[in-house]
Amino acid sequence: MDPIINLILFFCVGIAMLLLSVLAITTRSLLRAAIYLLLVLICTAGLYLFLNFHFLAAVQLSVYAGGVVILFVFAIFLTTNKGEMLLGHSFQRYVYGALAVILGVAVTVFAWMKHRFLYAPGPGLTGDWEINMKVIGQTLLGTGKHQYLLPFEILSVLLLACIIGGILIARKK
Amino acid sequence: MFFVGIFGFVTRKNMIAILISLELVLNAVEINFAVFNRYLHPQHLDGMFFTLFGIAITAAETAVALAIIINAYRTVGNIDIKNLSKMKE
Repeated sequence: MDPIINLILFFCVGIAMLLLSVLAITTRSLLRAAIYLLLVLICTAGLYLFLNFHFLAAVQLSVYAGGVVILFVFAIFLTTNKGEMLLGHSFQRYVYGALAVILGVAVTVFAWMKHRFLYAPGPGLTGDWEINMKVIGQTLLGTGKHQYLLPFEILSVLLLACIIGGILIARKK
Repeated sequence: MFFVGIFGFVTRKNMIAILISLELVLNAVEINFAVFNRYLHPQHLDGMFFTLFGIAITAAETAVALAIIINAYRTVGNIDIKNLSKMKE
């Protein structure tokens, strides 16, 4: 692909993500916030595609955009009364929040400017480095160095615990 | 590229739709993992798998949190954090 077009598209996705995330936290209707969240997550999947993490983009779309947002929408429908709008907090809290945000951004930008990253050689944004599906599978289920069988199994136990906990919490008394 | 770090910080402002902004923050962190993996160590896949596990853990956490919220709604009647100062009625 043409590098310039790639770069322009990348910046479009990035700016769209920023705007949509700001919208998601400032909108007054919860359902709209959930929809903005969905769009942000889809943009994230696009970003992963730019980075040639195709598997990751697929996981992002199916788990986040497919599962989590549906859960959100169901929970919103179950818990909001008709026509209910979000109420704001006191002004003081906004000041504290803005202070924390400004400090955080300052620290991040400072660290980013200060530090020289050792960029690896190779095609960055514009190259096509497709990761082999076989490599992904072997890395996920191997036991050697840089292989991830143990976290995989721990994660399965965690998911089981989540299912049991969810049933326990949501059960009628 | 480092939009995303700032993006995570900006979203922290919200106190009401806390869970949604939490999702945004976690998403930003995951993007950072993937990006660092791609640009600094493209020969390894570590960042990608961190992101993968992060996504799975986030999904589980969201499910449990929403179950708790629905339960709280059933007890209290709405989901404002102001009305949830008691753990037990």
